Amino acid sequence: MRDTSGNGSGAGATPGHDAESLALLARELRRDVVQSIYTAGSGHPGGSLSELDILVCLYFREMRHDPANPRWADRDRLILSKGHASPGLYAVLAKAGYIPHDELETFRKLNSRLQGHAHPMVPGVEMNSGSLGMGLSFALGCALAARMDNRDSLVYAILGDGECDEGEIWEAAMSASHHKATNLIAFVDRNRVQNDRHTDEVMTLEPLADKWRAFGWRVFETSGHDYAELLDTIGSAKRGRTQPSVIIAHTVKGKGVSFMEDNPAFHGRAPNQEEFEAAMKELA
Amino acid sequence: MAAQRQMASTRETFGRTLLELADEHPEIVVLGGDLNVSVFTHLWRDQYPDRFFDFGPAEQNMVGVGAGMAASGKTPFVSTFAVFGVGRPFDQLRVLVAQPHLNVKLVCTHAGILTGEDGMSAHGIEDIALACSLPGFTVVCPSDAVEAAHAVRTAAKTDGPFYVRLSRANTPVIHDGGYEFKLGEAEVMRDGSDVSIVATGVMVSVGLDAADLLEQEGISARVVNVHTLSPIDEGTILAAARETGAIVTAEEHLAHGGLGSIVAQAVGRSNPVPMETVALNGYSESGRADELMVKAGLTPEAVRDAAKRAQKRKVA
Repeated sequence: MRDTSGNGSGAGATPGHDAESLALLARELRRDVVQSIYTAGSGHPGGSLSELDILVCLYFREMRHDPANPRWADRDRLILSKGHASPGLYAVLAKAGYIPHDELETFRKLNSRLQGHAHPMVPGVEMNSGSLGMGLSFALGCALAARMDNRDSLVYAILGDGECDEGEIWEAAMSASHHKATNLIAFVDRNRVQNDRHTDEVMTLEPLADKWRAFGWRVFETSGHDYAELLDTIGSAKRGRTQPSVIIAHTVKGKGVSFMEDNPAFHGRAPNQEEFEAAMKELA
Repeated sequence: MAAQRQMASTRETFGRTLLELADEHPEIVVLGGDLNVSVFTHLWRDQYPDRFFDFGPAEQNMVGVGAGMAASGKTPFVSTFAVFGVGRPFDQLRVLVAQPHLNVKLVCTHAGILTGEDGMSAHGIEDIALACSLPGFTVVCPSDAVEAAHAVRTAAKTDGPFYVRLSRANTPVIHDGGYEFKLGEAEVMRDGSDVSIVATGVMVSVGLDAADLLEQEGISARVVNVHTLSPIDEGTILAAARETGAIVTAEEHLAHGGLGSIVAQAVGRSNPVPMETVALNGYSESGRADELMVKAGLTPEAVRDAAKRAQKRKVA
């Protein structure tokens, strides 16, 4: 049985959070995401908002981790492969206590640790990022290393759906099942929008679940925003692991800000002042 | 006449040296890309199956997995041919290894035109330029099998990203068992006062033969073995420039971005002297390794002639 009580001295994982309090927390963090991108004057709001509820579930309910000891060998790891969505991760890391909340104001600015794409100079960030397709390979490396060391840590990865256009994702998928990385759980943030346009217009991904199955993975599908369903699905993925698992999380790009939702324009641009004020009002 | 030397395989030395490191370094893991017999990591695969992973010919993933292992405290040795190990996953080496400065050891065999008959697509002749362009990467191009063993041992013991460049062909052995390898310090293999031959890899033995030819003409040539290309030992190179007044570089790699470029940058900044470069100026073709070396002008005679040109350009 996996011991989930050993969180060292920190209070990062708070299993007491229920679905309702997690949703409230996410609302606060969505404001942090919009604020940090607005302050920076550039960034990627769409994917940061679509992935956020997954991150909140992991860091505040599911993962074994210790913000006071970010390099704790027995931690579960989250690899953010879609590193352009760093504002979502930074907001979560600040809330969990890895970095001061004030530091979010420095995002994308000179001499900040909060690079445009997440870099492991930030406590809690596992992988350097910014070039798509790499995170699943890196996560597999972490998973195999944990297994070699007889650690029962789980390794999570968050992939973008547009990112699944990258060939390396499928190299990693093939090798993860070949090497029986049962401690690897990937999410696909299936928000259906990539940089230029909707994913269906850029590159057909469907049947996405069948692709993963064909590569030897257990596939789960869930809403990426309904906390009860999301937590239930993660729980299922953690049990009875005989293969690597992928959770296709159906999400909404720009979730929580009406005019950003499903809007490719907000994949990679900051809101102007008027848009910022409107967004913060919606998220109040 | 070229000196008669014993020939040995740098790639087999790599595979056997890894085995010697296994007990001392339990953190070593070997990652292969379906070329394990050719790069001699099959020896490790068969002896340490729990510390070996094959990824098939999928080098981007292989490097990415290595980075994740390094971030988890392992020392991954990632090994394939130079063309597949450096060029194919270059962005993974850049983003996942160099930028976070992770402890990934990339050891590639079949570098250069010595790969021979497989032809131009199989000749890794851009790899030094690519690897040296990555900040924080230590790049070592051993001159023979003795030095290859030292390079692999040093890579295992030294934290940070490494690239070690090895050959397919057996190459002349120019060091004895007592050789002391010093990472980052070029080795003066032969002293001389009229011109310096600054070489790397297999071209060091060619340079030694060229120095013999020059001696027959009364020209005293220093031979410098630059096994470590990054970080470069500017001190030894600048001393050669200052003390001999002319330099010829020699490498089995494209002229652009290789040893010649590195030496020119150091010398040009601090102590400009006449320089010639013996290197590849384009893609090669299928053929026996020795034939390709002659056709490309990577011979003792070509190095001799270049050295004489450099020496003639010296300002009296």
